[in-house]
Amino acid sequence: MIELRGLCKTFPGERGPFIALDHVDITVNDGDIYGVIGMSGAGKSTLVRCINLLERPSEGKVLIDGADMTALSPKELREKRRSISMIFQQFNLLMQRTCLKNICFPMEIAGVPREKAKKRALELLELVGLPDKADAYPAQLSGGQKQRIAIARALASDPKVLLCDEATSALDPTTTRSILRLIRDINQRLGITVIIITHEMAVVEEICSHVAILDHGKVMETGSVEEVFSNPKTEAGRRLVYPDGVIPEQLQTARVVRIAFNGGTAYHPLIASLAIDCGVKVNILGADTKNINGQAFGTMLIGLPENDAEAAKAVAYIKSQPNVTMEEVHDYHG
Amino acid sequence: MAEFLAALGPDAAEEVTYLLDNVPFAIWETLYSTVLATLLAYLIGLPLGVLLVVGEEGGVLPLPRPVMTVLNVVVNLLRSVPFLILMVVVFPLSRLLLGTSIGTKATVVPLFIAAFPFVARLVEASIREMDRGVIEAAESMGCSPLQIITKVILPECVPSLLTGFATAFVTILSYGAMSGAIGGGGLGAMALNRGYTRHQNIVLWGAVILLVILVQIFQTIGTRTSVRMDRRINKQSRRKGRQQAKGKIDRDKRVPPGAM
Repeated sequence: MIELRGLCKTFPGERGPFIALDHVDITVNDGDIYGVIGMSGAGKSTLVRCINLLERPSEGKVLIDGADMTALSPKELREKRRSISMIFQQFNLLMQRTCLKNICFPMEIAGVPREKAKKRALELLELVGLPDKADAYPAQLSGGQKQRIAIARALASDPKVLLCDEATSALDPTTTRSILRLIRDINQRLGITVIIITHEMAVVEEICSHVAILDHGKVMETGSVEEVFSNPKTEAGRRLVYPDGVIPEQLQTARVVRIAFNGGTAYHPLIASLAIDCGVKVNILGADTKNINGQAFGTMLIGLPENDAEAAKAVAYIKSQPNVTMEEVHDYHG
Repeated sequence: MAEFLAALGPDAAEEVTYLLDNVPFAIWETLYSTVLATLLAYLIGLPLGVLLVVGEEGGVLPLPRPVMTVLNVVVNLLRSVPFLILMVVVFPLSRLLLGTSIGTKATVVPLFIAAFPFVARLVEASIREMDRGVIEAAESMGCSPLQIITKVILPECVPSLLTGFATAFVTILSYGAMSGAIGGGGLGAMALNRGYTRHQNIVLWGAVILLVILVQIFQTIGTRTSVRMDRRINKQSRRKGRQQAKGKIDRDKRVPPGAM
């Protein structure tokens, strides 16, 4: 289990200190794939660097299985880091070493005998699907292949945790998906806890079980991906989940409600049945669905009729539906 | 032949004979002092250059700030003394170390002292070019500072360090040419003592041309080795580059339509 408790990080700046992390509290359970999502400059990279102490937090604790990382001596810290691997946006492979030697590198550091390390490295090459690239140099590989080698290297030290710092941000969508599939595979097969830092919703939707939304160094929302994405409660959350915003114009409506479909079949003909069963006509101001872990989630922004009685009838009907929640949007200005 | 030599000057034949007789030994002296001084300079300059980068605040192996200041001042100080002055100033040191302050052997001492700060700066520049991300990755794997230096920084910088080595070698070679002033030997001394002071232009230019050729050879070897060692430039792309160049030539040779 990884617990971040009251984590703060400030950097000295020309115009006073810059607060990169502001009392961050996050708990990641073993075996989770935990996403940390936020806009550029939200402090995501600083956050993940604080976990393996590449960045030393100004305040707060980093507990890994209950042990405080910040209290370790340099030697103990190096030892501990071997169980927390990291992959990067820019891959950071050793360019003057072959792929095989790159994968052997963490084992070389840890003093694993050369033959044993080589055998393990070949197994890992197989695992990441690049058995024929042992003697290739990183410069000869594509971006996706480089990241696969980086993942193999990260796994060489038999880590318990894999930190991914924007690991797919330099890759195209198809390659991104294949790398994410590999990470999920590793998570399921080897039981490695994964923490993924990203600014892409698609990444979190694709593989994460839990998510934290980070904005200006603060954690705005945490929870399961289903919870957070189906019904973002904060402004920052909504901005991420609905980047285009739901701003329909010039629709004459009295009240606006947001309906959230929490799993099951989104767009089961709710609106149609509302019209037929209650005889109430509503405006659809905006809608968005997301497919998360095979379940359909979506939200819909609906303008209720101006007639109060009809509006109340519609609200009652919507509330009676299973897997649907509703909230009124007060700050809506059409 | 004799007429040609006579046209060059009254003592042309004598000069050519002198040149031919003495060139092999002069080349040997030049190479001997240059190689020895370069190796010694790297012995000190390489670790010093590494320290100048890793010892910085936020570096891999941060050293106390006063130590870094002293290192930087020493390097700058030695680099700012003109070589001709330095040669004379280190006389006592040469005498202490080698028992003599003149001759080819003695020139190695000032050469080394002038070269190691220069080498340190070259090494420093090479290492600074390196991608910090790779060092961060190594840190995240639990590398100790020493492991990062020996297993990451130095191997990753090999191509750039080799380019620097060629530069250092050539610079030391040309510094060494000044050593004729303090009784050292070599091509430089030949050009200076014989060619310049005695107005023997054939000796002067002969020695200079040989120096130019030596520099060309070593610079080419250095650059080629550096490129060949660099795994970032892969064989395939090099081959592709050659093929493209060839294709271009072939295209140019094509006969324009209607020409036949």
